[in-house]
Amino acid sequence: MLTSLLPEFTVERNEDRCIQCRVCERQCSFDVYGYDGDHDVMVHREENCVACQRCAVLCPTNALNISNNNYTYKPNANWTREHIQDLKKQAETGGVLLTGMGCDKPHKIYWDHILINASQVTNPSIDPLREPMELRTFLGRKPDHLEMKDGKLKRMDTPSVQLTTPIMFGAMSYGAISYNSFSSLARAAYEYGTLFNTGEGGWPKELRKYGKATIVQCASGRFGIDLDYFNDAAVVEIKIGQGAKPGIGGHLPGEKVSEHISQTRMIPEGSDAISPAPHHDIYSIEDLQMLIHALKEATDYRMPVSVKISAVHNAPAIASGMVRAGADIIVLDGLRGGTGAAPKILRDNVGIPIELALAAVDTRLRNEGVRNWASLVVSGGIRNSADVFKAIALGADAVYIGTPALMALGCTVCQKCYTGKCAWGITTQDPYLTKRVNPEIGTRSLVNLLRAWSLEIKELLGCGGINSIESVRGNRLQLRGIGLEQWELDTLGIRGAGQ
Amino acid sequence: MSLSTAVKEGDQISPRQVIKLDATGTYYKDLNREIRSLAQAGARKFEIHNVYGQRYLGTNLWGIKDRDKIRLKIFGTPGSDMGAFMDGPTLEVIGNAQDATGNTMNCGRIIVHGSAGDVLGYGMRGGEIYVRGNVGYRVGIHMKEYMDKIPTVVIGGTMQDFFGEYMAGGRIIVLNKFFQGNPPIRQSYFIGTGMHGGSIYVRGDVEAHQIGAEVGISEPTDDEWKIIERYVANFCSVFGLEKNQVKLLKREKFWRLYAKSKRPYGRLYAY
Repeated sequence: MLTSLLPEFTVERNEDRCIQCRVCERQCSFDVYGYDGDHDVMVHREENCVACQRCAVLCPTNALNISNNNYTYKPNANWTREHIQDLKKQAETGGVLLTGMGCDKPHKIYWDHILINASQVTNPSIDPLREPMELRTFLGRKPDHLEMKDGKLKRMDTPSVQLTTPIMFGAMSYGAISYNSFSSLARAAYEYGTLFNTGEGGWPKELRKYGKATIVQCASGRFGIDLDYFNDAAVVEIKIGQGAKPGIGGHLPGEKVSEHISQTRMIPEGSDAISPAPHHDIYSIEDLQMLIHALKEATDYRMPVSVKISAVHNAPAIASGMVRAGADIIVLDGLRGGTGAAPKILRDNVGIPIELALAAVDTRLRNEGVRNWASLVVSGGIRNSADVFKAIALGADAVYIGTPALMALGCTVCQKCYTGKCAWGITTQDPYLTKRVNPEIGTRSLVNLLRAWSLEIKELLGCGGINSIESVRGNRLQLRGIGLEQWELDTLGIRGAGQ
Repeated sequence: MSLSTAVKEGDQISPRQVIKLDATGTYYKDLNREIRSLAQAGARKFEIHNVYGQRYLGTNLWGIKDRDKIRLKIFGTPGSDMGAFMDGPTLEVIGNAQDATGNTMNCGRIIVHGSAGDVLGYGMRGGEIYVRGNVGYRVGIHMKEYMDKIPTVVIGGTMQDFFGEYMAGGRIIVLNKFFQGNPPIRQSYFIGTGMHGGSIYVRGDVEAHQIGAEVGISEPTDDEWKIIERYVANFCSVFGLEKNQVKLLKREKFWRLYAKSKRPYGRLYAY
């Protein structure tokens, strides 16, 4: 423990309720609790607490209360407690501050400034409980025009994938998350008819049976990649950037590279898995085109190739280049996108909100007449089904969810993923902890989440008198802004509420 | 494209038959598809003439039985990403190769009689590449090894900057014009920056200012000499050089560059 820091959280134990069963001690992976036999009391090391709430939830008598520590420095609008603590940490270690999950700073959340329309009188609303509602979504390049042959629609010669609902699980590698979490995502996506993304850490052989529900990534580290890896999947994704840490690479520390992870990534046990910041074969749009087509050759043009970038200032121009380079799906990952580990300074300061990037990219591609060349997938900051609906109305074809999926598995967003000690057993490889995610229950929870959000999207469609998600796609008239300035409304391409 | 053999569906081609293709004016997609369908029909030996920038040769030969017996002899200048993701076949170029040769290659062999461009062997995880001439910038970046899969690159001439960056495994041997009878040239900067595995063996002097901070430098051990000699002997046999010269190699000054640590960035972060 660093000597100059105040504990972030307070652990209060109601001694009247505590039965000294020591569940808290066994459940805490951050070494907060101990038992002092001499005095027959439980002792607390509050400075270690991360407020993951594992102990409080599992305490059989509700004896524990974890809350924000009330200690305060002299109040100062400039030097907040976070700034002071971070600075002291760095003075003691000389290191880059690491963190996990997505940006937690109060940058404007545009979803909360966008409202959805409903039908009244002139266009009747639809009851999704009684009438069919279509959420089916196809990802991949769409033809420029329809061709008829013998009175029938000619089959498209571009590959596409079908989703039951426009919600997919974003890229989280085996290594960043535990095997049980990873396999839960694979199974749930397969069961529900959507896709999960392997991230860049390879794809265990025994999960290949969920291939038609799988997006595999080709990132700069090229871990676990061979031709079977591509050809067993439904979509191949080139990962250029990630919203939580645009412009930098990844780094799985050697101590997390266990035997099975080493097999999956095809690197020796205990060696660092370093993903360089760029792909060293991609220094331009032309180079990207080369890799996209290498992957198409490698998979005999049978599947869409996706390219993922983080939402940055000139995303529209880059996206235009990506589409022209042959990407069938482009993915934008916004400022609030999560991660297993990222330098805090990048996570909180680099990139732009996904809402603005999405609207700007969709507008640009439409203006250039190439919007149908690629599907648009967004991620980073989707919190509920209304966010999904708004994203689709702003122009997205589908969304990736990462953090919400982990929450369904138990995550409480304590942001300590990078420590490898996740008490909920998600972002850890410690066998004692990984058992905490039961893949059967995990799969069920994830399917429940997809089902619940899909039902809600159907309700949102119905209230607007629409019976197909396709009719909402890019339909910005469904949206109105509130509390936004004119430039924000212009970027989002929506009118203000009441207009 | 003119074909020596017109293949119909269901045809069987003897693996001994040499299939001659003329690639003049043929789009890479069509050329590669043609090679794939011939290989599926049983062809194993190809001669492809007038290759002029066609990319991805060898990439799509996935899932074909005995694909490690497929041999493409390429006359002309193949395009970039030759042998990208390749898994088994042998490609021999009578000429020069362009960029990203053997990109993320898994298994197989690439032989280039001339020189090769930038980013050769990026992310390579298995197989062998032999280049008789020189190679460009960023060669061998992030090569890696796992168990018995140890990718190996042998370069007859010289290399440019950023050689073996982020290297995580495998071996690269740079002969620095030995077989041309030339003294070694000292060149290339930022060698092995971020290196955390594997070995680079370079003939001639390498000075501290040429290598990355993560790189150690030593003389090859006797066991490593055996590896060098084995692969240089292969180099001689693929290019028809006198194998006796391999013995003379040991008189040359060779340096081994290696990763000082498997974890070069272990102490970078505050937790």
